Parts: sequence; C-alpha cells; structure tokens
Amino acid sequence: MIINHPLLGPRDSAEFTYMGDAKLIDRPDWQSDTAARDFYEYGYLRDNPAGWHNELWFHEQGDRSWLVVTRNTVTHEISKVELARDVARARGRSK
Amino acid sequence: MRYSGFQVIKQALTGHKGWTPAWRDPDPQPHYDIVIIGGGGHGLATAYYLAKEFGQKRIAVLEKGWIGGGNVGRNTTIIRSNYLLDGNEPFYEFSLKLWEGLEQDFNYNAMISQRGILNLIHSDAQRDAFIRRGNAMILNGADAEMLTTEQIKARYPYLNTNDARFPIKGGLAQHRGGTVRHDAVAWGYARGADSRGVDIIQNCEVTGFKQENGRVVGVETSRGYIGAGKVGCAVAGSSSRLMSKIDMQLPMESHVLQAFVSEGLKPVMPGVVTFGAGHFYCSQSDKGGLVFGGDLDGYNSYAQRGNLPVVEDVCEGGMAIFPAFGRARLLRMWGGIMDMSMDGSPIIDRTHIDGLYFNGGWCYGGFKATPASGFCFAHLLARDEPHPTATAYRFNRFETGHMIDEKGMGNQPNLH
Ligand SMILES: Cc1cc2nc3c(=O)[nH]c(=O)nc-3n(C[C@H](O)[C@H](O)[C@H](O)COP(=O)(O)OP(=O)(O)OC[C@H]3O[C@@H](n4cnc5c(N)ncnc54)[C@H](O)[C@@H]3O)c2cc1C
Repeated sequence: MIINHPLLGPRDSAEFTYMGDAKLIDRPDWQSDTAARDFYEYGYLRDNPAGWHNELWFHEQGDRSWLVVTRNTVTHEISKVELARDVARARGRSK
Repeated sequence: MRYSGFQVIKQALTGHKGWTPAWRDPDPQPHYDIVIIGGGGHGLATAYYLAKEFGQKRIAVLEKGWIGGGNVGRNTTIIRSNYLLDGNEPFYEFSLKLWEGLEQDFNYNAMISQRGILNLIHSDAQRDAFIRRGNAMILNGADAEMLTTEQIKARYPYLNTNDARFPIKGGLAQHRGGTVRHDAVAWGYARGADSRGVDIIQNCEVTGFKQENGRVVGVETSRGYIGAGKVGCAVAGSSSRLMSKIDMQLPMESHVLQAFVSEGLKPVMPGVVTFGAGHFYCSQSDKGGLVFGGDLDGYNSYAQRGNLPVVEDVCEGGMAIFPAFGRARLLRMWGGIMDMSMDGSPIIDRTHIDGLYFNGGWCYGGFKATPASGFCFAHLLARDEPHPTATAYRFNRFETGHMIDEKGMGNQPNLH
C-alpha cells in the first residue's frame, strides 16, 4: 500500500505505524458529567466499517508526523491523506 | 447414517453408492425458537450443543455463503490451552478437553492430532514469564512442561539454537496441544446438528433485525424474513458489520491475518513450534505442507487477502529459527478477517437488547475455542446465564476495567 504523504509524496505504508480510527483526535472533556462513559466509548468502541474509514497513521520511520488517511477497508483504496495537525486544528483543537 | 469402519467396508463392497449427504439443504421456515447467525465453527458448534446438550428444538443456522467458507476454513488449525489469565485458562482448557472427545461425540473424523505445541524462549526474562504461564496452566488442570535446549534439539535437530540475535534458551511445551483438520470441524458439527433437527440454511445473509417493544423478534435475510424467539450472532470478522444493523458499536476492529502453506515435504515437523522473539509459528500438515503464519497486516481490513510486507516479515521469522525451510517453495497463501477485540479476549454475552446474544472477538485464536465457545454460547442461549468457564467474557468489562489482556497491550487491537 502506498500512502501519499502531504509533505513527502508517495511513501510505502510499511514505514508507518497504525493507530486506528481517527475519532481518537476527538478526546472527550474530562470535566464533563458524562466523562466516564465518554472515555469508555472513546477508548473502546469503534464503528469498524467495511468501506471508507478515517484513520490515524504515524510516519514512524519517516518524518514522524501523524496523518489522517481516508481508506477503503475493503479495497485498500486511499482517497485522501491529510496532516492530523490540520484536521485537529480545523476542528478547533490545539489552537 | 452412523460412520464407522464397518460402513467404510460395506460401502466399498457396494460401489460407494449408499453414502447420503452429510446434511440436508432445507428452505427456511417462517419461525424458529433460536436462530444462530453465522455458519462458521462457532455458530455450528452452538447449534449442535443447543440440540444435543441443552435439549433445544427448532433451531436454524443462517450462513451468508457456504458453511466453512469463513475463518473456520482459513485458519492454521492449532489447538492449545496455554493461557495465563484466570478469565481465559479455564475456558481454553475446557475447550481442549472437548476436543479430546469430539470425534467420538459427533461421530466424524476431524483428524485431531495432539502432536504438541512448543513455545520457544530466547531470553531469561522470557523464561521467567513462561514458567509463570506454565504454572498457571497446571493450576487450571492443563499440562505444561519446561524443556531445555537439549530436549528441544532432540525433537528438532535442525532448529537454529545458536542464532546470535535470538538464541534458543528452552521452551514451554504443551503436549496435549496440536492440530485439527479445520473443515472437518465445520462439517462434523454441521452433520451432528442437522441429524438432531437443526436447519442449516446456506446462501442466507442476515441484512437486518426486527424489534418489537425492545425485543428482537426476527431477522431480515436475503431469503426473506425469519422470526425467532432468540437470536445468537456468531459471525467472527463480520461482527461490527452485522451489529451495526442494530446500531451497536463493538469494542473491536477487523483485521486481516494471513496463512501460508509450502509444497509437500517428507515428515520433518513433529509438532507445532512458535518463535518467541518475532511472530512466527509453524506445523506440518498430514499432506506434508509446512503450515505457517505470523502477524496481522496491522490495519483495519475486510479484504480476505494480505499485503507483501507481512509476507516478508513472517518469512524472516521463519528463517531465523528454521534456516533449512528457506529451500521450500511457497505453494499457497490467503487471508481471513479477524474480529480483534480491544483486550485480545472474546465476548460471549447478552446484548442490551432482549433476545439478542453475541459471540465474537475471537482474534486469531478462535479455532481452538470452537467447542467451548459453542458449548458456552449454547448454555447462555438456553439458560440465560453464562457457563462457569465463560463468566469473564462480558461486554461491560471494558467499562468496569476488568479487561482480560494476556499480552498487556492495552486497547490496541492490532497488537494483541
Ligand atoms: C490465517 C488464520 C489463521 C488462524 N489460525 C488459528 C490457529 O492456529 N488457532 C486458532 O485457534 N485460531 C486460528 N485462527 C482464528 C480462527 O480461525 C477464528 O477465530 C474462528 O474460526 C472464528 O470463528 P468461526 O469459525 O465461527 O468464524 P467463521 O468461520 O468466519 O464464521 C463466521 C461466518 O459468519 C458468516 N456471516 C458473516 N456475516 C453474515 C451475515 N450477515 N449473515 C449470515 N452469515 C454471515 C460468514 O460467512 C462466516 O461463514 C486463524 C484465523 C486465520 C484467518
């Protein structure tokens, strides 16, 4: 599988470490009344779809950036690759 | 028809014209007491024990393809009960004991071969860990023996014990472990269930659930609606896909695991051997092929095929301990979709919806669990309470903090 890194161009997926669903960017608020339940869902429950999936890949053997890759789990086709930083900022995190 | 040596001779003398199909091919009825979704090893075993041990009637197994086409027919067939944790070991030992009597029980030759499994040790710390694990096994009534390098060399003289990076310092053996003819497990359970009245309905994909007053009352399928008193889901790698139809998120990711078979060789591997420093394990099939495998590909996948980096990684692991095998040619390789849970252990539990029960999260170790999984799921479905060996396999353990994490990896399914 080739991941088209936004900064480095096409890279072999073997250079990356996989972290799973990109929902991990949306860390729940620990002060919320429902924090215990929210963290359980955040830590343990996954959609795990057959089809398009937003997921976190870490370029461990490269520039060590985190990417959000939109990939089809049935065909392995990749439709979009973004820097996780940009995705998180666009959602109002890490200002 | 009961299978026996006498039948084989009788049929041989009469031109093999008297054999009948091993199971019927019925059309679905409008309603069953219990519907099992998934005709893999676990679903078929569940139906078999429901009918045989728990006296249940009017049972159907719904399979979207053909029975045995999923992981039960794709795995590397290793059975063992060498677990450390209390939540697991009694269950897997129960399973191994069921394996030991299975062929007589369901009157089918599953080629169960207790040729032993050996986990190699490469460091002092690993020896300590394996001694502890062996003790846990013995405490739970299983067998375990620590072997020295000399004892191992007597069985596997061609093992590379002096590798500079990963010297072999001994091993943990379970002599009652071994291999089984995997398809025969599906066929044996199917035949045993069918002969007790279970309808095995193939080419019947479940596409949705019907609820009334918070209770599941039936399933929508590619062959029409089928009503059910209770529904048990046992679809392994497709678990999240199926449960999403009733808006349930599972503590699970689906990953592909590959398996490899070499050309046929003369007998060279007496048992199963696992590499302790990388991920590689190997046995030899009765046809002579070396059957081996290793790590998951590592990213969510519903494609029943793997990619090349893992092929290289697995073969490197093999070469580290069995350099001689580098001369063997690879004949076949394939992949299966694993229901990797968040702690590496399975779930056999009720769901929050009345009448709906779940069995899954088997990761890459569910084949050995097949008999106990079927028995315990049948117990739960019939009596509405967990079997004593499966009390820890609950959904809520992730919420209450009672994870059963053999490897201590945390909620990272691709590392279990
Ligand atoms: C390469 C590989 C090697 C393995 N090696 C080992 C090993 O050495 N030892 C070990 O213990 N385990 C091993 N495993 C794991 C083991 O095979 C599985 O954990 C186990 O087989 C899963 O249970 P099952 O047999 O019920 O699954 P399956 O056989 O996959 O059964 C699930 C069935 O559900 C059906 N299904 C799915 N969705 C639907 C639907 N909507 N409607 C109707 N039917 C549906 C599928 O078609 C399938 O037939 C290995 C797995 C793989 C892939």
